Amino acid sequence: MTAYLVLEQCLNGLQLGVMLFLMAAGLTLVFGIMNLVNLAHGSLYMVGAYLATSLFQWTGSFLLAALLAVPATLLVGMAVEIVALRTLYERDHLDQVLATFGLILFFNELVAIVWGRSALYTSVPVALAGHVEIVPGAPYPAYRALIIAIGLVVALLLYLLVSRTRVGMLIRAGASNRTMASALGVNIRLLCTLVFGLGAALAGLAGLLAGPLYTVQPGMGDQILIQVFVVIVIGGIGSIRGALVGAVVVGTVDTLGRAFLRPMLSTVLSPSAADSAGPALASMLIYVLMATVLFFRPQGLFPARTG
Amino acid sequence: MRRPLAGAGQDTSPLAGRRAVGVQVGVRGLVLTVGLAGLALVPPIAAWVGEPFYVDLFRRVLIFALAAVSLDFILGYGGMVSFGHAAYLGVGAYVVGILALHGVQSGFVQWPAAMLVSLLVALAIGAVSLRTSGVYFIMITLAFAQMLYYLGISIEEYGGDDGMRLVARSRFAGPIDLDDPSVFYYVVLGILVLALALGRRLLNSRFGMVVRAARSNERRTEAIGFPTFRYKLTAFALAGALCGLAGALLANQTEYLTPGFTHWTRSGEIMFMVILGGMGTLVGPVLGALVLLLLEDVLSGYTEHWQIVLGPFLVLIVLFAKRGLLGLLPEGRRGDA
Repeated sequence: MTAYLVLEQCLNGLQLGVMLFLMAAGLTLVFGIMNLVNLAHGSLYMVGAYLATSLFQWTGSFLLAALLAVPATLLVGMAVEIVALRTLYERDHLDQVLATFGLILFFNELVAIVWGRSALYTSVPVALAGHVEIVPGAPYPAYRALIIAIGLVVALLLYLLVSRTRVGMLIRAGASNRTMASALGVNIRLLCTLVFGLGAALAGLAGLLAGPLYTVQPGMGDQILIQVFVVIVIGGIGSIRGALVGAVVVGTVDTLGRAFLRPMLSTVLSPSAADSAGPALASMLIYVLMATVLFFRPQGLFPARTG
Repeated sequence: MRRPLAGAGQDTSPLAGRRAVGVQVGVRGLVLTVGLAGLALVPPIAAWVGEPFYVDLFRRVLIFALAAVSLDFILGYGGMVSFGHAAYLGVGAYVVGILALHGVQSGFVQWPAAMLVSLLVALAIGAVSLRTSGVYFIMITLAFAQMLYYLGISIEEYGGDDGMRLVARSRFAGPIDLDDPSVFYYVVLGILVLALALGRRLLNSRFGMVVRAARSNERRTEAIGFPTFRYKLTAFALAGALCGLAGALLANQTEYLTPGFTHWTRSGEIMFMVILGGMGTLVGPVLGALVLLLLEDVLSGYTEHWQIVLGPFLVLIVLFAKRGLLGLLPEGRRGDA
């Protein structure tokens, strides 16, 4: 029974990690190529979640909602890039942080105007409401298993895209030296817009998947954004591999901490002390982890070769 | 990649900054004097027009101005983009709230304690964060502030998510009674003016020069023989302590504290105040706090969705008015910002 519980929580951790990876991959790509710190990445996640949830409620088909919401978020992302962010690439990080912070305020309020301030709830689509047995004798919710599968497939596709295709070659060229790539005839502006759109689509996908699991409300993107920062800092900014490792580590540590820290503490402390210290420590755990990693490796686990 | 000699005569050298900070003349000086006099006159004018609410509003402005000044100290002069500055606001507020809850009412104990604890927290956060730089630094300071936010949420003894009421405002001796709105106002104004004066003095001292030199060129400063990490960490911790004092004031102002004090949107607002007023000017953030909070007050009177205006406004300021409102004034010989 305990082993089953641990396995289930590990899978939950992996599922959270995969969601974090979908976010972190886009953010780290954008940073790697455009040298842009985009706080508004969480807003794209929120937009994706809202679009998907209302499309799902409207059409009744989760698949259709997914097919519409992800490209829609991609378009929103590209529009934001063209309108507001393009001029920020040459600015320092302070400007980027503040301007994208302004975008967050805008998007949170826009969502509140369109959909209202109260949270939206959807349930898991009927076809995925059951359980699957990943390990025989241990049923696991099918929807969460699907998230894990999608995340791993996306990670694989992203790896193939970046390291095996022509577009990926251009992305890597842009990341290692923008000016040089541009001088060699690469349309860097277009490339930036495309990469930003790709990141936005991934954030939208994460938002879509998050809809039935978490509450969809204004500001939902900010919470996950900070966790994604922890992921990126641990993994090393600009590195997709680092993002994957960091995301899985952070997701697992956070989930296991929340599940098992209180029971573990209650074996050493009094029950009341464990009750108050457990959740407090669990919510701080990933930040302590980040501080520890930074103390030994200030550039993260997988420092990207550039920037 | 400048050659060693090329930077010597440029505006970014500490010496140029010294001249700029020391002299405040002409239009700028006039504006400052008028502004200060105007702030000092707020309580009588509010009483005259019969709107005591304005004392409350402007006191809030001054408290946030203090927080913004403390951020400018490390952001504008030290080049440390701390995106978690509201953390110390929360720490200072909670020290006052928790001490009051346990029966310690004296402000003479509460406020120094708030500063001391904030100083220690800033030392710890700075010791880890300052090992990194650039984007890492931004993200880490943000993450630490958010960690304190979650800590506040999960401690049920002190209200958890809902926050807690301040038992009573801090007590001082004699005529200093914070329950009197005007007295409280002048206490806050006095602290702000004192902080500005001390801050200016500190920035022109040897210590301040080293911090600013480290911002212009960290490697060169280190090569001259200054341990820049220690100087930066000291500045970071001092700024934290000052912001902790602002937190103690804020707790007295609202008489209610929530983990929301440390929320990262609060950090963003404080940073925006600094940029809006003019980074690296010390008095600019006061102006920034004034404009931003009054703007919020006016906008929220029109629509509950005022942030949809504020967000794009922020973007436009960053894109087109980087030097801030103070930079619009003539004789703009400011620091090296």
